[in-house]
Amino acid sequence: MGSKASTLLREEEIEEIKKETGFSHSQITRLYSRFTSLDKGENGTLSREDFQRIPELAINPLGDRIINAFFPEGEDQVNFRGFMRILAHFRPIEDNEKKSVAVSEPLNSRTNKLLFAFRLYDLDRDDKISREELLQVLRMMVGVNISDDQLGSIADRTIQEADTNGDNSISFNEFIKVLEKVDVEQKMSIRFLH
Amino acid sequence: MSLSLFLSQHGSRMTAQWTLSLLLSACLFRASCSAPAIPRPPRSLHPVRGFNNSGGSLSVDLPMALRVFSVDYHHVQAPFEIVLWIMLASLAKLGFHWSGRLPAVVPESCLLIMVGLLVGGVIYGVRHSAPPTLSADAFFLFLLPPIVLDAGYFLPGRLFFENLGTILWYAVVGTLWNVLGIGLSLYSLCLLAPGSLGDISLLHCLLFGSLIAAVDPVAVLSVFQEMHVNEQLRILVFGESLLNDAVTVVLYKLFESFLRMPSVSGLDVLLGGCRVLVVGMGGLFVGLFFGLIAALTSRFTSGAQVIAPLFVFLYSYLSYLTSEMLHLSGIMAIVTCAVTMKQYVEANVSERSNTSIQYFLKMWSSVSETLIFIFLGVSTIQDVHMWSWPFVCSTLLLCLVWRATGVLLLTAVVNKLRRNTVTFRDQFIIAYGGLRGAICFSLVFLIDDFPKKRLFITTTIVVILFTVFVQGMTIKPLVELLDVKKEKGALPSVSEEIHSRLIDHLLAGIEDVVGYWGQHYWKDRFDQFNVKYLRRILIREDHQACSSILRVYQELERQEQRGDEDVPPPISVLIKGTQTAAYSRHTLHQDAGTRKPLHRHQSLEERSTINTQVGLFSSKMSTKH
Repeated sequence: MGSKASTLLREEEIEEIKKETGFSHSQITRLYSRFTSLDKGENGTLSREDFQRIPELAINPLGDRIINAFFPEGEDQVNFRGFMRILAHFRPIEDNEKKSVAVSEPLNSRTNKLLFAFRLYDLDRDDKISREELLQVLRMMVGVNISDDQLGSIADRTIQEADTNGDNSISFNEFIKVLEKVDVEQKMSIRFLH
Repeated sequence: MSLSLFLSQHGSRMTAQWTLSLLLSACLFRASCSAPAIPRPPRSLHPVRGFNNSGGSLSVDLPMALRVFSVDYHHVQAPFEIVLWIMLASLAKLGFHWSGRLPAVVPESCLLIMVGLLVGGVIYGVRHSAPPTLSADAFFLFLLPPIVLDAGYFLPGRLFFENLGTILWYAVVGTLWNVLGIGLSLYSLCLLAPGSLGDISLLHCLLFGSLIAAVDPVAVLSVFQEMHVNEQLRILVFGESLLNDAVTVVLYKLFESFLRMPSVSGLDVLLGGCRVLVVGMGGLFVGLFFGLIAALTSRFTSGAQVIAPLFVFLYSYLSYLTSEMLHLSGIMAIVTCAVTMKQYVEANVSERSNTSIQYFLKMWSSVSETLIFIFLGVSTIQDVHMWSWPFVCSTLLLCLVWRATGVLLLTAVVNKLRRNTVTFRDQFIIAYGGLRGAICFSLVFLIDDFPKKRLFITTTIVVILFTVFVQGMTIKPLVELLDVKKEKGALPSVSEEIHSRLIDHLLAGIEDVVGYWGQHYWKDRFDQFNVKYLRRILIREDHQACSSILRVYQELERQEQRGDEDVPPPISVLIKGTQTAAYSRHTLHQDAGTRKPLHRHQSLEERSTINTQVGLFSSKMSTKH
């Protein structure tokens, strides 16, 4: 399975992914073997069922939303490029990258990391976290032990802490502002083994 | 009204100074009393005119046999002296904080040592003999545990475990590097100067190296307290100082027993290495055991809530004593115990008990720390000093050099494996912040007597004074100068808690997708195990359902209600603006790990915004219902 996997991934593809996401050569091949091990249907793309087969993901409160995040709008399959594009958000920011004011914003910049988290709340993609969307996520994370009233007041307070323009929902800029003191670059990074 | 204000400001300062001088004269009086030069006759019933000073009691003899007024100091001597020392220490602390600018420049530890030097000098001058020294037993059994317990209870758990690998790396390998480096270099120095230092053997040098190399948690805590450097740096230095106890204890005892043995073989060295593991892990398990039992006991304290805090202290102290009895690492035991039982105890006991626990911990550790530093100063005044310029100066130099090289090398290795690198500035502060303190001091007194022991004692004192004074005073300006990353003083908020949780779950999910068993994976697994088994057994039924989000929310609500009525909460939220940035341990700072916002520095503006928010919020609530 291993050798078959690496021949399916062409050098040019690896180069393109490298440029787009910033992963190293060995990281890309490693992640490709993970991709193919998840791909039970062996058709080069992953479906939702493939993700749901991961046992720990099934018990993650946000499991469904995370899986959803991998799939582009309206599609049911994700190829390797799309897979890597999502994972690129979680690459740690290296020192030399911070200084380069080069091309367009890299996928793992602070803003893009925060945008990814924002989209976990904002299902309807209207660039606002409404009270109902917040309540849904809260309910998923907190479980069944808290009454609706309490949850509602928590949601109200959350919106109040963030809301600056009084529209009773959290826009992306307000979201960024609330988390400005949190070290997002460190928190939202995974060490991808070399 | 202005007069009372004036009096309260200046009157208390004057009162403090008067009381301080009263105390000093009381000490002197006692000192002169208990220095019998002439054997006194036993107390007799014969009426004798004038003052009869016998056996430490003073009485005015009247012609009648009945004594109307007598002073029997002997009866209360021990507790009286202890209380006097503690009183002296606390008043000294009060005195510094009244004098505005001084605490901002000089760390408390320095000031306390200076007071100790003063008192020691005075006692020496009066009695012409050495003042009481800090006995190693008193230090290890009574003075050290409260400080370490306090540190362990308020340890930011999350941050600590995330950096655990690096901390262990520094603590174990770093300490070994320092010990061997300093020991071997000193030995080569002794070989080069056979005249004065010839009778110090290799083992002695290694023994000395083992006690002088260890970074001291008490000194580190007291200096880093108000420095507000970024949390990662603080937990690295502090965690290292806590965990290197295991290595220090083992190496010290190892070299000591080698000294007593006729010969040392390679097998002994290997066994010594195994002992490090046993001591560390043993301390850990003892602490774990007592922590779990304490948590279980706290489950049943609903009937007698007043003594619930007592269990926390009793079990922690028991764990410390048990591991000391088994020659394991007491510090590791007590820290593990505190970390283990904290979340369960906090869920089980009432809010007031929680407050009591936190308050008493802070108080005891504060008193202990003050006493330790004062006694360090007092014990410096001694008859037993032996000075040797080459030895002392080279020890100082070697300590600095070896620590710096150690940190550089170790960080270079560990940065390859870490998620977030340790920058060069942080490394400098880690190296420079390696302060020595009372642990070295006590250990050096415990060495078996040999001709150059006095030299070791003197050198240890010099090193401690140097690190506390020079390094302690200059580290704060250096932090400013080097522009080391400061901590982000985040306001507690429900939003942050919620979003952080979201990010945690998200990261755990991504790790599952990638198939990488990283931090989030293990944290998730532990959380699941915790909820499924531990919390079920160890927490009362009616308290189990608390999610951390709900807890944060409730704490904030409670805090604001108190602030709204203008009654300051018992563990006060100090108003930052009116207080100079003093080095002090008086403030309860936030436990960043669980994000309990119960104790916080809040500036005036922040408080008012929260109040307006509460106003808005409560108006919203009323419109809803």
